[in-house]
Amino acid sequence: MSGYLLSRSIQTVLTLLVMSVLVFVGLYLVGNPVDVLLSPTATPAERLQVIQSFGLDKPVWEQYGLFLTRALSGDLGNSFVFNQPALTLILNRMPATLELAFVALLIGLVFGIPLGIYAGLKPKSLVSKSVMTFSILGFSLPTFWIGLVMVMLFSVKLGWLPASGRGDTVPIFGVPLSLFTLDGLSHLLLPAFNLALFKISLIIRLTRAGVLETMQLDFVRFARAKGLPERRIVRVHVLKNTLIPLITVIGLELGSLIAFAVVTETIFAWPGMGKLIIDAIAVLDRPVILAYLMITVVMFSIINLLVDILYSIVDPRVRLEGNS
Amino acid sequence: MTTPILSISNLSTSFRVGGEWRNVVHDVSFDIGPKETVAVVGESGSGKSVTAMSIMRLLSPGNSRVTGRIDFEGKNLLDLPLEQMQSIRGNRIGMIFQEPMTSLNPVLRIGQQITEVLVHHRGMSQSQAEAEAVRLLEKVRIPSAKSRLNEYPMNFSGGMRQRVVIAIALACDPKLLIADEPTTALDVTIQAQILELIKTLQDEEGMSVLFITHDMGVVAEISDRTVVMYRGDAVETGTTQEIFAGAKHPYTRALLSAVPQLGSMTGLDRPLRFPQVDMASGELQPVKPTADTVKRDVGPILKVDKLVTRFDIKKGFLRSTIGRIHAVEGVSLELKQGETLSLVGESGCGKSTTGRSIIRLTDARSGTIEIDGKNVLSAGKSQLAGIRREAQMIFQDPFESLNPRIRIGDAIAEPIVTHGLAGVAEAKERVGELLERVGLSASMADRFPHEFSGGQRQRVCIARALALEPKLIIADESVSALDVSVKAQVINLMLDLQEKYGLGYLFISHDMAVVERISHRVAVMYLGEIVEIGPRQAVFENPQHDYTKRLMAAVPIADPSRRQTRRISNDEIKSPFRAANYAPPKRSYEQAGEGHFFQLA
Repeated sequence: MSGYLLSRSIQTVLTLLVMSVLVFVGLYLVGNPVDVLLSPTATPAERLQVIQSFGLDKPVWEQYGLFLTRALSGDLGNSFVFNQPALTLILNRMPATLELAFVALLIGLVFGIPLGIYAGLKPKSLVSKSVMTFSILGFSLPTFWIGLVMVMLFSVKLGWLPASGRGDTVPIFGVPLSLFTLDGLSHLLLPAFNLALFKISLIIRLTRAGVLETMQLDFVRFARAKGLPERRIVRVHVLKNTLIPLITVIGLELGSLIAFAVVTETIFAWPGMGKLIIDAIAVLDRPVILAYLMITVVMFSIINLLVDILYSIVDPRVRLEGNS
Repeated sequence: MTTPILSISNLSTSFRVGGEWRNVVHDVSFDIGPKETVAVVGESGSGKSVTAMSIMRLLSPGNSRVTGRIDFEGKNLLDLPLEQMQSIRGNRIGMIFQEPMTSLNPVLRIGQQITEVLVHHRGMSQSQAEAEAVRLLEKVRIPSAKSRLNEYPMNFSGGMRQRVVIAIALACDPKLLIADEPTTALDVTIQAQILELIKTLQDEEGMSVLFITHDMGVVAEISDRTVVMYRGDAVETGTTQEIFAGAKHPYTRALLSAVPQLGSMTGLDRPLRFPQVDMASGELQPVKPTADTVKRDVGPILKVDKLVTRFDIKKGFLRSTIGRIHAVEGVSLELKQGETLSLVGESGCGKSTTGRSIIRLTDARSGTIEIDGKNVLSAGKSQLAGIRREAQMIFQDPFESLNPRIRIGDAIAEPIVTHGLAGVAEAKERVGELLERVGLSASMADRFPHEFSGGQRQRVCIARALALEPKLIIADESVSALDVSVKAQVINLMLDLQEKYGLGYLFISHDMAVVERISHRVAVMYLGEIVEIGPRQAVFENPQHDYTKRLMAAVPIADPSRRQTRRISNDEIKSPFRAANYAPPKRSYEQAGEGHFFQLA
């Protein structure tokens, strides 16, 4: 196990290195942030001063070296725009995004798994067919469009839920969360559902496929021959086997929820990381982009690690090994 | 006869296939008495398993229709509401299936899979059920049962899993055990252990057994009465003695004549064809003796010397080699043209790896291999292609070794064109010829593999192997997946082809009875080594090595009057896994007769 964790950590560090090189070179090629940040009327002296203060006058490999040495001591640089540490900027926004992502995932699981199981057990029933039709809609309709329709319907027409922003927060262990205030919850509901729609559809389809497949297997037939009631067969024998492929996908999806909730955050003016990164890209705010991507990589690695560990708990045939 | 435990009358089962009802079991009736063992025997598609599933009502209700009566303990099972049926399943009637590897849920602990039955049917508490589970595992002779409750199925071998499955089926002292091909997927020595176990438990518990199998050897070994099924009909019912002594129905006779019987070739030194039965009259047609095909005066077509193939097992952070599977260890053999050398042994003994290493489908570690005088291991890419032209391989599963999307004519023509033996047009003609050679017709070339039966597909595979006019054919379990009667036909075909073209066969098989029919010589493999090699007659009639003797004793004999009371050891098949620093010992062989050698311990 410790060997496994070690090799995983090394992999993560390597990924971080490769990613940072790519981003550095990529951003260098795209353009000069000074051109975007400074007004065209700036004097050459002002220009030079800004360039020097950002360290952009040095050759790119030297800039990268400087970035690396600082990164090792936990300093990912100051934002060109806000002149604050990039890391702090992002960490301030992170609770909002994480909250949104986890609530969306929870909604996805709570609706997706039971509906998927039902559709898998009774594939020919009318309810199952309606569920499957819904899931096709969930897959194919663009998130932004559904988001706008939801705002129109629930905020504008019915006036039930607020259309934008994050509601009141209370600090839970020092982290400001809106989940535990009524106002916060009402603000959270629409964006979370909007994000969750695609996940619900995905989880329904995966669960249904898993149940359909597992129900055909020999051990289900044997469980029936043992005289077990159908309820127990589904809950104990089928469910655990169905969860196995689901865990991997859910893990990856959680990662993408956190990292790329941009569209939903924009529509609902949710003050999360997504909005920050979009703004940072627009002005080539390199420290923020880099810090954001590094956090994303670390987050994906952690999620993948958790998925693997969970996987090995659910499926005894999987053993965590140094290089797997 | 006393009141039967189970009485089946006029059972018919239909399946809905594409909107139409197709009848697969037709008007079957038979009884099972107390403590009696009834075997239902037939080939694939005969409806024997469907009969068993119908009794347990395990067929999906939407797609199947079961009519007739099944009386068990005063109730007609077909009329019972599902809940009452569930309290009979696993409780009054236990059932075990063919595949021990898939009958158990891979993600639940063995203990839980046993106790859930006890808790559900016998209302035990969890701790009572656990104690009972230990007792059950001990009953099916699983060593250190208590410590194994918390293990998962993957930690058990095939034979051990089947024991667990039996323990579950017997958990509630059922009156009837339905065993659906319970030993088919197991090695022969393990099969003997399981059969022995079922017999012993039957005596101890006083239950009846419904035994479903395709193997007449197993029937002869275990059953009191036998029902022969053919295409959904029960064509013959009688005591096992009667059926083996004087079968009345032509199909039963055909089935019996096709059954390879160990010991039926005593005194003969050449291979022997299977007799064919005329299905109309039921008459046995005389067997044409095989010609002497072995070319003793020319050099061997295949010469293998000290072949070693090992697979590294790597583990840990640095992927260091912690050990090796010694799949093939110092194997030497020779095969002459027109000769059949059989490589026999149980799963994991390295016989298939030997076959694959010979034509370099698997990389050998050391040794030399010569095919028709050409060195295989040092051959370059183009030389290897030439060598593979002369040595073709036929695999076990005719369903998987043909690409389902390629017409069989194209599949057979492909090697001819690739090796530049003929142009596309000429190859087409050759394909027709080849198909006729293997007993199919030239017009079938346009068909896809799914349009053929299993036996026909294996013929197609043989035609494809013959396309390059090889001198050597490596047949890896080529007839193992086939029904007995089809198996007999394919063996006869292989013998015909050997006579005509002087083919050398390296026949890899675990089926001792088939091996006895087809081979000139036999090599017995155990844990990657040849422990005994010699003329078939010598090895079968005068086995020297302990393992050979054990193997021979485990083969079921298709003759109920020669039913043996034997003591089978409960040994598992050992693993050829060795530590990384293991140095294989020097082996020495002793001669027992002309060309007959066995390994000294």
